[in-house]
Amino acid sequence: MIALGIEGTAHTLGVGIVTEEKVLANIFDMFKTEKGGIHPKEAAEHHAKLIKSLLKKALEEAEVSIEDIDVIAFSQGPGLGPCLRVVATAARALAIKYNKPIVGVNHCIAHVEVVKLVSDVKDPVGLYVSGGNTQVIALEGGRYRVFGETLDIGIGNALDMFAREVGLGFPGGPKIERLAKKGRKYIELPYAVKGMDLSFSGLLTEAVRKFKSGKYKIEDIAYSFQETAFAALVEVTERALAHTGKDEVVLVGGVAANNRLREMLSAMAEDRGARFYVPPYDLCRDNGAMIAYTGLLMYKAGIKFELKDTIVKQKFRTDEVEVTWT
Amino acid sequence: MELIKQGAEAKIYLARFEELYFPFNDEKVIVKYRLPKRYRIKEIDEKLRKERTVREARLLHRAKEFGVNVPHIYEVDLKDMKIVMEFIEGERLKELLEKVPMEERLELCREIGRQLGRLHNAGIIHGDLTTSNMILREGKIYFIDFGLGEFDDTLETQGVDLHLLKRAMESTHYKWFEKGFEAVLEGYAEVRGKEKEKELREKIDEIESRGRYVKERKWMKG
Repeated sequence: MIALGIEGTAHTLGVGIVTEEKVLANIFDMFKTEKGGIHPKEAAEHHAKLIKSLLKKALEEAEVSIEDIDVIAFSQGPGLGPCLRVVATAARALAIKYNKPIVGVNHCIAHVEVVKLVSDVKDPVGLYVSGGNTQVIALEGGRYRVFGETLDIGIGNALDMFAREVGLGFPGGPKIERLAKKGRKYIELPYAVKGMDLSFSGLLTEAVRKFKSGKYKIEDIAYSFQETAFAALVEVTERALAHTGKDEVVLVGGVAANNRLREMLSAMAEDRGARFYVPPYDLCRDNGAMIAYTGLLMYKAGIKFELKDTIVKQKFRTDEVEVTWT
Repeated sequence: MELIKQGAEAKIYLARFEELYFPFNDEKVIVKYRLPKRYRIKEIDEKLRKERTVREARLLHRAKEFGVNVPHIYEVDLKDMKIVMEFIEGERLKELLEKVPMEERLELCREIGRQLGRLHNAGIIHGDLTTSNMILREGKIYFIDFGLGEFDDTLETQGVDLHLLKRAMESTHYKWFEKGFEAVLEGYAEVRGKEKEKELREKIDEIESRGRYVKERKWMKG
């Protein structure tokens, strides 16, 4: 079976084509602004402008024609309304024109599900870290339950906003990581784990304040920022592992590119006797292949969408979806 | 000493009081060691373990003063990051609630609400309210594991505390958590009054509606 998936919840427009066993194509284009940040309408225009060429490129790379596709999947949410609507419209158009079944996919779940396409991980606790999202999720009782999430901003946004405030530019994550490597002195910053949930806005405010005071080296602040935020992420993930009794951990989302976060999570997993896995970066970031793969699993499990079910869901919760396909 | 639980944060041993101190009514105790974590730097690791050990002891002491059922403390040791406390021998609500009929469930939930009301009146946030951290002994519900507790009496954190309990119930008792949580709020209102309960209900709604993109869009435009 071959599935085509369109992703477009935020900056990134992606088209992926997959089978049960492998990725045939996974094409991207990211909406970028000079200063960072995102205006939903501008991003949506970007997606609308590029969707046609990305579809064409993906089909070429996969060496299949649209007739060969068995199911069209799209990111139904959560995300920015205007972006989601562009993607849903494109998916509906394809489905109607070529008379293909259509499936709406939860973006957060797709991030974790796609891990199964490229590894033998079966039932993991997922730490999903990106600009807008920070969640610890795992399958329990037929749904992906949220075992911890940010109560304010996503870790990726916290990093980007810090970078912008201190003049590092966008995207901030890789720049902060580079600076942090040169940091030596730990500067105390607010560590906020609330039960199983997290909070990064206090940490962000304090780090910016420390920078503006002029008393600290930026390298030390970057180092302390990462150490503090990541320790909290790993702690919450460890709690979810302990709570669920699962023995696999996966790290997904754009911030999974950070090597220090990988190292910390890997150490935690090792100490608990759990397996740790990070998919290749193109399957970690927002991408069409993960939507295609999850859509394929859903379709094969008999999930059917009428056109009226394809309305976008800006606040699509991870635990809304009944997982009947595993 | 016998290891009875290795949580995410601590190793918990069951011991006899006389093993550690002197013969005393065959009393059993819990020894809770906060473990060092290799994944975080020493500065953060030591700070968190020390802070949490001291705070946990203070929280337990104050909760008891306000009539909340919690374990007694026998010793706090900041060299080994250890607390020795009373062993509450009973049944965890996590399992118990799934075994009993609905009526009894809801009464237990109301009692959880009353205990929590007293705890919040004491200016304490538990920080990790799950039914794994509640034990029924001789008809009384005990709250244990104040490891992530805080001294805080703001509506916001009380709201988060309740929201977390709701979320924990949703993931552990998903078949009936809505009724259960309603019963918790009923008991809570008995202790803190209808007015407070109403404020907190609104707070919980607000916390839940802070979906990422609702609030974030404003930030992302910047």
